[in-house]
Amino acid sequence: MSTSAWCRALVLLLAALPAAAQERRSGYDDAGPQVRAMQDDDMANPAFLWVRQGEALWERRVGEAGKSCADCHGAVSEMRGVAARFPEFDAARGRVVTLEQRVNLCRTDFQGAPALAPESDALLGIMAVVGLQSRGMPVAVEVSGAAAEAVARGEAFFRLRQGQLNLSCAQCHDQLAGQSLAGSRIPQGHPNGYPIYRLEWQGMGSLHRRLRACLVGVRAEPLGRDDALLGDLELYLAARAAGLKVETPGVRP
Amino acid sequence: MIAAVVALPAAAAAFQVVGDAIPAPLTDVAGDPVRGRAVVAGRQVGTCVLCHAGPFPDERLPATIAPDLRGVADRLSAGQIRLRLVDPRVVNPATVMPAYFSQAGLVRVGRAWQGRTALTAQQIEDAVAFLMTLKEE
Ligand code: HEC
Ligand code: HEC
Repeated sequence: MSTSAWCRALVLLLAALPAAAQERRSGYDDAGPQVRAMQDDDMANPAFLWVRQGEALWERRVGEAGKSCADCHGAVSEMRGVAARFPEFDAARGRVVTLEQRVNLCRTDFQGAPALAPESDALLGIMAVVGLQSRGMPVAVEVSGAAAEAVARGEAFFRLRQGQLNLSCAQCHDQLAGQSLAGSRIPQGHPNGYPIYRLEWQGMGSLHRRLRACLVGVRAEPLGRDDALLGDLELYLAARAAGLKVETPGVRP
Repeated sequence: MIAAVVALPAAAAAFQVVGDAIPAPLTDVAGDPVRGRAVVAGRQVGTCVLCHAGPFPDERLPATIAPDLRGVADRLSAGQIRLRLVDPRVVNPATVMPAYFSQAGLVRVGRAWQGRTALTAQQIEDAVAFLMTLKEE
Protein backbone atom coordinates (compact mmCIF):
# COMPACT_ATOMS: atom_id res chain seq x y z
CA MET A 1 0.00 0.00 0.00
CA SER A 2 1.30 3.50 -0.79
CA THR A 3 1.77 5.88 2.11
CA SER A 4 -1.18 8.00 1.05
CA ALA A 5 -3.46 4.99 0.66
CA TRP A 6 -2.33 3.81 4.07
CA CYS A 7 -3.04 7.24 5.57
CA ARG A 8 -6.49 7.23 4.00
CA ALA A 9 -7.20 3.80 5.47
CA LEU A 10 -6.06 5.05 8.87
CA VAL A 11 -8.24 8.13 8.59
CA LEU A 12 -11.27 5.97 7.85
CA LEU A 13 -10.45 3.64 10.71
CA LEU A 14 -10.09 6.47 13.21
CA ALA A 15 -13.17 8.24 11.95
CA ALA A 16 -15.15 5.06 12.55
CA LEU A 17 -14.27 4.99 16.24
CA PRO A 18 -16.80 6.76 18.44
CA ALA A 19 -15.22 9.40 20.66
CA ALA A 20 -16.28 7.50 23.76
CA ALA A 21 -14.27 4.47 22.69
CA GLN A 22 -11.09 6.52 22.96
CA GLU A 23 -9.30 6.31 26.24
CA ARG A 24 -8.48 9.55 27.99
CA ARG A 25 -4.98 10.51 27.02
CA SER A 26 -3.01 13.40 28.41
CA GLY A 27 -1.24 15.74 25.98
CA TYR A 28 1.89 14.25 27.55
CA ASP A 29 1.14 10.92 25.86
CA ASP A 30 0.91 12.64 22.48
CA ALA A 31 4.16 14.59 22.89
CA GLY A 32 7.48 13.28 21.57
CA PRO A 33 10.05 11.45 23.73
CA GLN A 34 12.26 14.54 24.23
CA VAL A 35 9.33 16.59 25.49
CA ARG A 36 8.24 13.80 27.83
CA ALA A 37 11.79 13.44 29.14
CA MET A 38 11.87 17.17 29.92
CA GLN A 39 8.63 16.92 31.86
CA ASP A 40 9.77 13.79 33.70
CA ASP A 41 12.88 15.43 35.12
CA ASP A 42 12.37 18.47 37.35
CA MET A 43 15.99 19.50 36.75
CA ALA A 44 15.42 19.54 32.98
CA ASN A 45 11.92 21.05 33.07
CA PRO A 46 12.30 24.79 32.38
CA ALA A 47 9.01 25.46 34.20
CA PHE A 48 10.83 24.93 37.47
CA LEU A 49 12.39 28.38 37.05
CA TRP A 50 8.84 29.68 37.53
CA VAL A 51 8.16 27.25 40.37
CA ARG A 52 11.14 28.71 42.26
CA GLN A 53 9.79 32.24 41.77
CA GLY A 54 6.38 31.07 42.95
CA GLU A 55 7.87 29.56 46.10
CA ALA A 56 9.53 32.87 46.96
CA LEU A 57 6.35 34.80 46.25
CA TRP A 58 4.33 32.49 48.50
CA GLU A 59 6.33 33.75 51.45
CA ARG A 60 6.53 37.43 50.45
CA ARG A 61 4.43 39.91 52.45
CA VAL A 62 2.69 42.31 50.07
CA GLY A 63 -0.09 44.87 49.84
CA GLU A 64 -1.81 47.07 52.38
CA ALA A 65 -2.46 44.08 54.62
CA GLY A 66 1.24 43.22 54.64
CA LYS A 67 0.38 39.55 54.48
CA SER A 68 1.93 36.72 52.52
CA CYS A 69 0.05 33.72 51.12
CA ALA A 70 1.81 31.68 53.83
CA ASP A 71 0.40 33.93 56.58
CA CYS A 72 -3.10 32.71 55.72
CA HIS A 73 -2.48 29.26 54.25
CA GLY A 74 0.71 28.02 55.93
CA ALA A 75 3.32 26.14 53.93
CA VAL A 76 2.61 25.85 50.21
CA SER A 77 2.33 22.08 50.70
CA GLU A 78 -1.03 22.86 52.36
CA MET A 79 -2.27 23.53 48.82
CA ARG A 80 -2.21 19.80 48.02
CA GLY A 81 -5.41 18.85 46.22
CA VAL A 82 -6.52 22.39 45.41
CA ALA A 83 -5.50 22.40 41.74
CA ALA A 84 -7.16 18.99 41.30
CA ARG A 85 -10.56 20.37 42.33
CA PHE A 86 -10.41 23.73 40.51
CA PRO A 87 -12.13 25.45 38.79
CA GLU A 88 -15.07 25.48 41.17
CA PHE A 89 -18.53 26.93 41.08
CA ASP A 90 -18.62 29.75 43.62
CA ALA A 91 -22.18 29.90 44.94
CA ALA A 92 -21.77 33.37 46.49
CA ARG A 93 -20.51 34.86 43.25
CA GLY A 94 -22.89 32.79 41.15
CA ARG A 95 -20.16 31.88 38.70
CA VAL A 96 -17.21 29.62 38.16
CA VAL A 97 -13.95 30.81 39.67
CA THR A 98 -10.79 29.52 38.05
CA LEU A 99 -7.65 28.94 40.10
CA GLU A 100 -6.04 31.94 38.48
CA GLN A 101 -9.00 34.13 39.39
CA ARG A 102 -8.93 32.71 42.94
CA VAL A 103 -5.28 33.68 43.34
CA ASN A 104 -6.01 37.22 42.23
CA LEU A 105 -9.07 37.42 44.50
CA CYS A 106 -6.77 36.61 47.43
CA ARG A 107 -4.40 39.32 46.25
CA THR A 108 -7.03 42.04 46.01
CA ASP A 109 -9.40 41.04 48.84
CA PHE A 110 -7.02 39.70 51.52
CA GLN A 111 -3.60 41.08 50.73
CA GLY A 112 -4.79 44.50 49.57
CA ALA A 113 -2.42 44.21 46.63
CA PRO A 114 -3.06 44.77 42.92
CA ALA A 115 -4.02 41.69 40.90
CA LEU A 116 -1.07 40.00 39.23
CA ALA A 117 -0.93 40.69 35.50
CA PRO A 118 -2.08 37.97 33.11
CA GLU A 119 0.83 35.82 31.87
CA SER A 120 3.26 37.61 34.21
CA ASP A 121 6.09 35.50 35.61
CA ALA A 122 4.71 36.14 39.11
CA LEU A 123 1.22 34.85 38.35
CA LEU A 124 2.52 31.86 36.35
CA GLY A 125 4.97 31.12 39.18
CA ILE A 126 2.23 31.07 41.83
CA MET A 127 0.01 28.93 39.58
CA ALA A 128 2.88 26.53 38.89
CA VAL A 129 3.84 26.07 42.54
CA VAL A 130 0.22 25.67 43.69
CA GLY A 131 -0.45 23.23 40.85
CA LEU A 132 2.69 21.26 41.63
CA GLN A 133 1.32 20.40 45.08
CA SER A 134 -1.42 18.33 43.38
CA ARG A 135 0.89 16.61 40.92
CA GLY A 136 -0.10 12.97 40.52
CA MET A 137 -3.59 13.46 41.95
CA PRO A 138 -6.58 12.71 39.71
CA VAL A 139 -8.46 15.68 38.30
CA ALA A 140 -11.77 15.68 40.20
CA VAL A 141 -13.92 18.81 39.92
CA GLU A 142 -17.38 19.22 41.40
CA VAL A 143 -19.91 18.94 38.58
CA SER A 144 -23.16 18.39 40.45
CA GLY A 145 -25.62 20.82 41.98
CA ALA A 146 -25.12 24.44 41.04
CA ALA A 147 -22.05 23.54 38.94
CA ALA A 148 -24.07 21.40 36.54
CA GLU A 149 -25.40 24.31 34.50
CA ALA A 150 -21.95 25.82 34.18
CA VAL A 151 -20.57 22.49 32.96
CA ALA A 152 -23.39 22.31 30.41
CA ARG A 153 -22.64 25.83 29.14
CA GLY A 154 -18.97 24.92 28.87
CA GLU A 155 -19.79 21.80 26.92
CA ALA A 156 -22.08 23.72 24.57
CA PHE A 157 -19.23 26.11 23.84
CA PHE A 158 -16.90 23.14 23.29
CA ARG A 159 -19.30 21.75 20.68
CA LEU A 160 -20.03 25.09 18.97
CA ARG A 161 -18.63 25.38 15.46
CA GLN A 162 -17.18 28.85 15.36
CA GLY A 163 -14.86 31.33 13.72
CA GLN A 164 -14.21 31.92 10.04
CA LEU A 165 -12.94 28.33 9.75
CA ASN A 166 -16.16 27.09 11.39
CA LEU A 167 -14.56 24.43 13.60
CA SER A 168 -15.50 23.36 17.10
CA CYS A 169 -13.18 22.28 19.90
CA ALA A 170 -14.94 18.90 19.77
CA GLN A 171 -14.19 18.39 16.10
CA CYS A 172 -10.47 18.65 16.73
CA HIS A 173 -10.20 17.22 20.23
CA ASP A 174 -12.84 14.44 20.12
CA GLN A 175 -13.28 13.61 16.44
CA LEU A 176 -9.77 14.28 15.12
CA ALA A 177 -7.61 13.73 18.22
CA GLY A 178 -4.52 11.70 17.38
CA GLN A 179 -4.42 12.90 13.77
CA SER A 180 -1.77 15.09 12.27
CA LEU A 181 -2.76 18.73 11.85
CA ALA A 182 -0.02 20.19 9.66
CA GLY A 183 2.46 17.79 11.23
CA SER A 184 1.52 18.21 14.88
CA ARG A 185 -0.47 15.53 16.60
CA ILE A 186 -3.82 16.82 17.83
CA PRO A 187 -4.06 16.04 21.56
CA GLN A 188 -7.38 15.37 23.28
CA GLY A 189 -7.11 18.87 24.72
CA HIS A 190 -6.93 18.27 28.45
CA PRO A 191 -6.00 21.00 30.94
CA ASN A 192 -4.19 18.77 33.46
CA GLY A 193 -0.64 20.08 32.83
CA TYR A 194 -1.26 23.83 33.06
CA PRO A 195 0.45 26.22 33.36
CA ILE A 196 2.91 24.68 30.91
CA TYR A 197 6.30 25.41 29.48
CA ARG A 198 5.79 25.36 25.71
CA LEU A 199 8.82 24.99 23.46
CA GLU A 200 7.10 26.92 20.66
CA TRP A 201 6.47 29.85 23.00
CA GLN A 202 9.93 29.54 24.53
CA GLY A 203 8.19 30.28 27.76
CA MET A 204 5.49 29.53 30.21
CA GLY A 205 1.81 30.04 29.54
CA SER A 206 -1.57 29.64 31.18
CA LEU A 207 -4.53 27.57 30.04
CA HIS A 208 -6.13 30.83 28.95
CA ARG A 209 -3.23 31.47 26.59
CA ARG A 210 -3.63 27.97 25.12
CA LEU A 211 -7.38 28.43 24.61
CA ARG A 212 -6.77 31.80 23.02
CA ALA A 213 -4.35 30.18 20.56
CA CYS A 214 -6.92 27.52 19.61
CA LEU A 215 -9.68 30.11 19.16
CA VAL A 216 -7.53 32.48 17.13
CA GLY A 217 -6.43 29.42 15.13
CA VAL A 218 -9.98 28.94 13.88
CA ARG A 219 -10.26 32.74 13.43
CA ALA A 220 -12.80 33.10 16.23
CA GLU A 221 -13.07 35.82 18.85
CA PRO A 222 -11.02 34.77 21.92
CA LEU A 223 -12.69 34.61 25.34
CA GLY A 224 -11.90 37.51 27.65
CA ARG A 225 -10.07 36.74 30.85
CA ASP A 226 -13.05 37.72 32.98
CA ASP A 227 -15.73 36.29 30.72
CA ALA A 228 -17.88 33.93 32.84
CA LEU A 229 -17.94 31.59 29.86
CA LEU A 230 -14.17 31.08 30.21
CA GLY A 231 -14.79 29.66 33.68
CA ASP A 232 -17.59 27.46 32.32
CA LEU A 233 -15.30 26.15 29.57
CA GLU A 234 -12.39 25.51 31.95
CA LEU A 235 -14.75 23.68 34.31
CA TYR A 236 -16.07 21.53 31.45
CA LEU A 237 -12.50 20.77 30.31
CA ALA A 238 -11.60 19.65 33.83
CA ALA A 239 -14.77 17.52 34.05
CA ARG A 240 -13.87 16.00 30.69
CA ALA A 241 -10.36 15.24 32.00
CA ALA A 242 -11.65 13.60 35.20
CA GLY A 243 -9.28 10.93 36.42
CA LEU A 244 -6.25 12.10 34.48
CA LYS A 245 -3.41 12.96 36.80
CA VAL A 246 -2.41 16.56 37.44
CA GLU A 247 0.96 17.08 35.70
CA THR A 248 1.62 20.70 36.54
CA PRO A 249 3.99 22.08 35.43
CA GLY A 250 3.76 20.28 32.08
CA VAL A 251 6.00 20.62 29.04
CA ARG A 252 4.50 20.75 25.55
CA PRO A 253 5.96 21.11 22.04
CA MET B 1 -30.21 17.27 -9.66
CA ILE B 2 -30.31 20.22 -7.34
CA ALA B 3 -29.81 23.69 -8.68
CA ALA B 4 -29.66 26.72 -6.46
CA VAL B 5 -28.52 30.27 -6.78
CA VAL B 6 -26.86 31.42 -3.58
CA ALA B 7 -27.01 35.15 -3.05
CA LEU B 8 -23.86 36.63 -1.57
CA PRO B 9 -23.14 39.88 0.24
CA ALA B 10 -22.88 42.93 -2.01
CA ALA B 11 -19.20 42.67 -2.89
CA ALA B 12 -19.22 39.06 -4.07
CA ALA B 13 -20.97 37.69 -7.13
CA ALA B 14 -23.67 35.02 -6.92
CA PHE B 15 -22.75 31.52 -7.98
CA GLN B 16 -24.85 28.69 -9.29
CA VAL B 17 -24.68 25.16 -7.95
CA VAL B 18 -25.51 22.49 -10.50
CA GLY B 19 -25.55 18.99 -9.08
CA ASP B 20 -22.37 18.72 -6.99
CA ALA B 21 -20.50 21.41 -8.91
CA ILE B 22 -20.23 25.11 -9.64
CA PRO B 23 -19.48 24.89 -13.36
CA ALA B 24 -18.97 28.61 -14.04
CA PRO B 25 -15.86 30.45 -12.78
CA LEU B 26 -16.48 33.05 -10.08
CA THR B 27 -14.47 35.74 -11.92
CA ASP B 28 -13.67 36.84 -15.49
CA VAL B 29 -9.92 36.51 -14.94
CA ALA B 30 -8.74 32.94 -15.55
CA GLY B 31 -7.22 31.26 -12.49
CA ASP B 32 -3.42 31.29 -12.23
CA PRO B 33 -2.01 27.93 -11.04
CA VAL B 34 1.21 29.49 -9.75
CA ARG B 35 -0.64 31.89 -7.47
CA GLY B 36 -3.02 29.05 -6.68
CA ARG B 37 -0.19 26.89 -5.41
CA ALA B 38 0.68 29.64 -2.92
CA VAL B 39 -2.95 29.78 -1.77
CA VAL B 40 -3.16 26.01 -1.24
CA ALA B 41 0.33 25.34 0.12
CA GLY B 42 0.71 28.51 2.24
CA ARG B 43 -0.20 27.79 5.82
CA GLN B 44 -1.54 31.26 6.55
CA VAL B 45 -3.52 31.90 3.37
CA GLY B 46 -5.56 28.82 2.52
CA THR B 47 -4.81 26.75 5.63
CA CYS B 48 -5.41 23.71 3.34
CA VAL B 49 -2.19 21.96 4.38
CA LEU B 50 -3.36 21.92 8.00
CA CYS B 51 -5.63 19.04 6.95
CA HIS B 52 -4.53 17.90 3.47
CA ALA B 53 -1.31 16.28 2.35
CA GLY B 54 -0.27 16.90 -1.24
CA PRO B 55 2.74 17.34 -3.53
CA PHE B 56 4.39 19.84 -1.18
CA PRO B 57 7.98 18.74 -0.53
CA ASP B 58 8.56 21.65 1.87
CA GLU B 59 5.95 20.36 4.34
CA ARG B 60 7.48 19.01 7.56
CA LEU B 61 5.02 16.23 8.12
CA PRO B 62 1.91 15.58 6.08
CA ALA B 63 -1.53 16.19 7.55
CA THR B 64 -3.73 13.11 7.86
CA ILE B 65 -7.16 14.65 8.35
CA ALA B 66 -8.37 14.93 4.77
CA PRO B 67 -7.81 13.21 1.39
CA ASP B 68 -4.35 13.65 -0.16
CA LEU B 69 -4.68 16.27 -2.87
CA ARG B 70 -2.40 14.35 -5.25
CA GLY B 71 -4.43 13.22 -8.24
CA VAL B 72 -7.48 15.30 -7.25
CA ALA B 73 -7.91 16.43 -10.88
CA ASP B 74 -8.34 12.78 -11.90
CA ARG B 75 -11.13 12.40 -9.38
CA LEU B 76 -13.01 15.69 -9.71
CA SER B 77 -13.84 18.27 -12.38
CA ALA B 78 -12.98 21.97 -12.02
CA GLY B 79 -16.62 22.68 -11.17
CA GLN B 80 -16.71 19.99 -8.48
CA ILE B 81 -13.49 21.31 -6.95
CA ARG B 82 -14.86 24.87 -7.07
CA LEU B 83 -17.95 23.86 -5.07
CA ARG B 84 -15.83 22.02 -2.51
CA LEU B 85 -13.79 25.19 -1.92
CA VAL B 86 -16.73 27.60 -2.01
CA ASP B 87 -18.87 25.60 0.45
CA PRO B 88 -18.15 21.89 1.04
CA ARG B 89 -21.21 21.71 3.32
CA VAL B 90 -23.34 21.56 0.19
CA VAL B 91 -21.76 18.15 -0.51
CA ASN B 92 -21.34 16.99 3.10
CA PRO B 93 -23.17 18.99 5.80
CA ALA B 94 -21.03 17.37 8.52
CA THR B 95 -17.68 18.13 6.89
CA VAL B 96 -14.87 19.58 8.97
CA MET B 97 -13.59 21.45 5.92
CA PRO B 98 -14.21 25.20 6.14
CA ALA B 99 -16.29 27.01 3.50
CA TYR B 100 -13.80 29.33 1.84
CA PHE B 101 -16.29 31.50 -0.06
CA SER B 102 -19.37 31.55 2.15
CA GLN B 103 -20.13 33.29 5.40
CA ALA B 104 -23.42 31.45 5.89
CA GLY B 105 -23.97 30.22 9.44
CA LEU B 106 -20.66 31.46 10.86
CA VAL B 107 -20.68 32.54 14.53
CA ARG B 108 -18.12 34.22 16.82
CA VAL B 109 -15.92 35.20 13.89
CA GLY B 110 -12.89 37.09 15.18
CA ARG B 111 -12.88 40.84 14.63
CA ALA B 112 -10.01 40.72 12.13
CA TRP B 113 -11.90 38.27 9.89
CA GLN B 114 -15.45 39.60 10.11
CA GLY B 115 -17.42 40.53 7.03
CA ARG B 116 -15.36 38.67 4.50
CA THR B 117 -14.88 35.19 3.17
CA ALA B 118 -11.72 33.20 3.97
CA LEU B 119 -10.62 33.43 0.33
CA THR B 120 -11.52 35.95 -2.39
CA ALA B 121 -13.24 34.88 -5.60
CA GLN B 122 -9.94 35.24 -7.47
CA GLN B 123 -8.06 33.17 -4.87
CA ILE B 124 -10.67 30.42 -5.31
CA GLU B 125 -10.16 30.51 -9.08
CA ASP B 126 -6.37 30.42 -8.66
CA ALA B 127 -6.63 27.46 -6.25
CA VAL B 128 -8.96 25.60 -8.65
CA ALA B 129 -6.47 26.20 -11.50
CA PHE B 130 -3.65 24.81 -9.38
CA LEU B 131 -5.65 21.79 -8.17
CA MET B 132 -6.53 20.98 -11.82
CA THR B 133 -2.78 20.47 -12.43
CA LEU B 134 -2.67 17.68 -9.81
CA LYS B 135 -2.97 14.65 -12.07
CA GLU B 136 -1.38 11.30 -11.40
CA GLU B 137 -2.37 9.33 -14.50
C1 HEC C 1 -8.24 23.03 14.25
C2 HEC C 1 -7.97 22.20 15.38
C3 HEC C 1 -8.25 22.70 16.80
C4 HEC C 1 -9.37 23.33 17.30
C5 HEC C 1 -10.64 23.71 16.58
C6 HEC C 1 -9.13 23.53 18.70
N1 HEC C 1 -7.89 23.06 19.05
FE1 HEC C 1 -7.15 22.87 20.95
N2 HEC C 1 -5.37 22.18 20.17
C7 HEC C 1 -5.13 21.87 18.83
C8 HEC C 1 -3.77 21.41 18.67
C9 HEC C 1 -3.09 20.98 17.36
C10 HEC C 1 -3.19 21.45 19.98
C11 HEC C 1 -1.75 21.09 20.37
C12 HEC C 1 -0.91 22.31 20.41
C13 HEC C 1 -0.46 22.78 19.09
O1 HEC C 1 0.22 22.03 18.40
O2 HEC C 1 -0.77 23.93 18.75
C14 HEC C 1 -4.24 21.92 20.89
C15 HEC C 1 -4.10 22.05 22.29
C16 HEC C 1 -5.14 22.26 23.16
C17 HEC C 1 -5.05 22.14 24.61
C18 HEC C 1 -3.79 21.77 25.39
C19 HEC C 1 -3.60 20.30 25.52
C20 HEC C 1 -2.28 19.96 26.19
O3 HEC C 1 -2.08 18.77 26.46
O4 HEC C 1 -1.47 20.83 26.43
C21 HEC C 1 -6.28 22.44 25.12
C22 HEC C 1 -6.67 22.46 26.59
C23 HEC C 1 -7.14 22.74 24.00
N3 HEC C 1 -6.43 22.61 22.83
C24 HEC C 1 -8.48 23.11 24.10
C25 HEC C 1 -9.24 23.57 23.03
C26 HEC C 1 -10.54 24.19 23.15
C27 HEC C 1 -11.27 24.40 24.46
C28 HEC C 1 -10.94 24.54 21.89
C29 HEC C 1 -12.13 25.33 21.46
C30 HEC C 1 -12.36 26.59 22.07
C31 HEC C 1 -9.93 24.07 20.98
N4 HEC C 1 -8.91 23.51 21.71
C32 HEC C 1 -10.02 24.15 19.59
C33 HEC C 1 -6.05 21.97 17.81
C34 HEC C 1 -7.32 22.55 17.90
C1 HEC D 1 -10.14 21.40 8.75
C2 HEC D 1 -9.81 20.49 7.70
C3 HEC D 1 -9.73 20.94 6.25
C4 HEC D 1 -9.20 22.09 5.71
C5 HEC D 1 -8.56 23.26 6.44
C6 HEC D 1 -9.35 21.97 4.27
N1 HEC D 1 -9.95 20.79 3.96
FE1 HEC D 1 -10.37 20.09 2.06
N2 HEC D 1 -11.30 18.45 2.86
C7 HEC D 1 -11.33 18.13 4.20
C8 HEC D 1 -12.00 16.84 4.36
C9 HEC D 1 -12.23 16.12 5.69
C10 HEC D 1 -12.38 16.41 3.06
C11 HEC D 1 -13.12 15.11 2.68
C12 HEC D 1 -14.53 15.36 2.29
C13 HEC D 1 -15.39 15.80 3.45
O1 HEC D 1 -15.29 15.25 4.55
O2 HEC D 1 -16.15 16.75 3.26
C14 HEC D 1 -11.92 17.45 2.16
C15 HEC D 1 -12.08 17.42 0.77
C16 HEC D 1 -11.47 18.27 -0.14
C17 HEC D 1 -11.49 18.11 -1.58
C18 HEC D 1 -12.12 16.95 -2.31
C19 HEC D 1 -11.02 15.90 -2.39
C20 HEC D 1 -11.41 14.61 -3.00
O3 HEC D 1 -10.49 13.87 -3.35
O4 HEC D 1 -12.60 14.31 -3.05
C21 HEC D 1 -10.75 19.14 -2.11
C22 HEC D 1 -10.47 19.41 -3.57
C23 HEC D 1 -10.28 19.94 -0.99
N3 HEC D 1 -10.74 19.39 0.18
C24 HEC D 1 -9.48 21.05 -1.12
C25 HEC D 1 -9.11 21.89 -0.05
C26 HEC D 1 -8.43 23.16 -0.23
C27 HEC D 1 -7.91 23.70 -1.55
C28 HEC D 1 -8.34 23.73 1.01
C29 HEC D 1 -7.84 25.10 1.40
C30 HEC D 1 -8.26 26.24 0.61
C31 HEC D 1 -8.91 22.77 1.96
N4 HEC D 1 -9.38 21.70 1.28
C32 HEC D 1 -8.95 22.95 3.35
C33 HEC D 1 -10.79 18.87 5.25
C34 HEC D 1 -10.19 20.13 5.13
